[in-house]
Amino acid sequence: MAVTDVTPNGPGSAHDDSAPKVALLNNPEIRGWLFQVVLAVVVAYLAYSGWKNMNANLQAAGIASGWAFLNNNAGFAISQSLIEYNQASSTYGRVYLVGLINTLVVAVIGVILATIIGFLIGVARLSKNWMVSRLAAVYVESLRNIPLLLQIFIWYFGVLRLLPQPRDGLDFGFFGLLNNRGYFAPKPVWGDGAIYTLYAFIAACVIAWGIGRWARARQMATGQIFPAFWVGFAVIVLLPVIVFLAAGAPLTWDVPVAGGFRPKGGMTIIPEYIAMLVALSTYTATYIAEIVRAGILAVSKGQTEAAHALGLRSGPTLRLVIIPQALRIIIPPLTNQYLNLTKNSSLAVAIAYPELTSVFAGTALNQTGQAVEIISLTMLTYLTISLLTSAFMNWYNSRVALVER
Amino acid sequence: MKKLMLTGVLGVVTLAIAGSAAASAATLDDVKAKGFVQCGVSQGLPGFSNPDANGNWSGMDVDLCRAVAAAIFGNGDAVKFTPLSAKERFTALQSGEIDLLSRNTTWTMSRDTQLGLNFAGVNYYDGQGFMIRTSMNINSALELSGASICTNTGTTTELNVADYFRANNMEYELVAFEKSDEVVAAYDAGRCDVYTTDQSGLYAQRLKLTNPGEHKVLPEIISKEPLGPVVRQGDDQWFNIVKWAHIATVNAEELGITQANVDEMAAGDNPAAKRLLGTEGEFGAGIGLSNDWAANIIKAVGNYGEIFNRNVGPDTPLGIARGINALWSKGGLQYGPPVR
Repeated sequence: MAVTDVTPNGPGSAHDDSAPKVALLNNPEIRGWLFQVVLAVVVAYLAYSGWKNMNANLQAAGIASGWAFLNNNAGFAISQSLIEYNQASSTYGRVYLVGLINTLVVAVIGVILATIIGFLIGVARLSKNWMVSRLAAVYVESLRNIPLLLQIFIWYFGVLRLLPQPRDGLDFGFFGLLNNRGYFAPKPVWGDGAIYTLYAFIAACVIAWGIGRWARARQMATGQIFPAFWVGFAVIVLLPVIVFLAAGAPLTWDVPVAGGFRPKGGMTIIPEYIAMLVALSTYTATYIAEIVRAGILAVSKGQTEAAHALGLRSGPTLRLVIIPQALRIIIPPLTNQYLNLTKNSSLAVAIAYPELTSVFAGTALNQTGQAVEIISLTMLTYLTISLLTSAFMNWYNSRVALVER
Repeated sequence: MKKLMLTGVLGVVTLAIAGSAAASAATLDDVKAKGFVQCGVSQGLPGFSNPDANGNWSGMDVDLCRAVAAAIFGNGDAVKFTPLSAKERFTALQSGEIDLLSRNTTWTMSRDTQLGLNFAGVNYYDGQGFMIRTSMNINSALELSGASICTNTGTTTELNVADYFRANNMEYELVAFEKSDEVVAAYDAGRCDVYTTDQSGLYAQRLKLTNPGEHKVLPEIISKEPLGPVVRQGDDQWFNIVKWAHIATVNAEELGITQANVDEMAAGDNPAAKRLLGTEGEFGAGIGLSNDWAANIIKAVGNYGEIFNRNVGPDTPLGIARGINALWSKGGLQYGPPVR
């Protein structure tokens, strides 16, 4: 840089036919690059020195590090695991998986429930029925203005106090048992040949999809409407049922039996899960309801009037005209709510629901003491889940987005 | 303007590098400079570390913090308390947020050797126990197969339960909470059949239940839980101060030195008492303190027996007997190396 000529050559000072001579440092393009390179170097150096410092400090303080602990025996019990987990022989790596799956189970079901409740409440708030719209408004305004952690506690201890002790728990016969240790549901035990029912289900889904495509193409071409939804639905229900019966109905139920401290057999839905799911979905649904309301209101009234003028009834108007346009506005903020719900699931640590933060960044962290590894892995996991959710929602958004011609 | 920003960035960088290289070794100098001991305690465990309505902390673990402060400053109130969850406690100490962790913490080999920490003694010998409802008509922990068990996360408790149930071929469901208050609330609401933690903790938490009289502590003790103060590894002087602050209280009890008679004993004839209280010899210098360090401790918190009886003893709501925490000369485990 120092080799350049530094004669002051301001713009307009000379009218040579050659380009004006400017100091390299004053060349906007080079300046821009220079500052970006400096910034990148500074950021990289900060990250590097932080990393070096941390390693040096960990070593100086005699704190164990490395990932070997993931293969060590964990040795503690977890109250809910959807994959095989044995406290005697399972490793910390397994604990991580169990926690991750528990997080996903509450987040995914929570997202689905919150979306359904949110859409219903959002539409209800626009209802012309005074009572319905007022009730929806009260729901939204009260639940979204109370801290989530408080709501989790209310649901959890509310659920616990409402449900009876195991000794005088509710017995629904075949449909299981309900007490404050959870809901003990009958567990399906699949026999030989049950796998064909699954194949039949997948095949039925493909067929239904094909029918839908064909019906759409035919409607475009001829204007004739084929009841694709009901036919597809019938295929999806009937085909697996027929295959199931043909295979000799290979299904038995493991029904829980009351007795001792807790019922034996069946599968358990623990109260922590129920409380977490209800709290997360009802809370997030308030935001989704407002997003849905905003989306619908944003579609101009003229669209409805135009649809009516063309002879569409209110059902098809909503389904074919209003919702597709509203979705464009709804999807981006909806993604935020899905991400919030997933991250909020880490509050479960307060009520002993064994999700990632609780069992991995909690118990496992304490038993091993390897805070740096465990916390970074946990953060990375939440980051990955969130980025995947965003990626999926962005893909969906680009599909429903306005196609400009 | 650009230049100014660049200088700013470089300044931040320099600060970040300088700041992260800190982690000094001389805790005593730091403590003397700031004028108080920053002590990590529990979030509220009656008898060990519990704040009252006015925010004054009391308990055995709190008295240990006060003893250290008294040894350094001659004033048992030169302490600030940091309430910590079981999960946060070691990180708080490792990072230098607190000078001393006195939070009913079990001394285990992995904690002593892998976390960069040192245990400076045992101020309460405990063991893990079980609490159940009297109405369940259960008299032994061996009858608990299939039970739901409430406890705290991040404690040795979880592992002990696992070992005990595995060894006895029993099943259980573990419900582990982040904070003790939620454990108590869930147990009280009937979520669990059993509440397990260190036995002293069971007696303490029982006081918080709706009807304490309806619950009992089972006789079995399923683990060794030596609870004691913890310091960072690599600062031997500070380690010695905390270690000897506890030993001084034990030796004082053995020598019959109490809060009331400490001045008399210092002027008296017993050479061991005079060495401890600093009227003979130069023992304070060895740990970088004044010669009356131990006398200050006794004046501030009393001897070990007084600390025990005031906080958890038979006349307190906890009503715990001395048991294995009696002096060695009375059949217990509390044994102070001599001041010589």
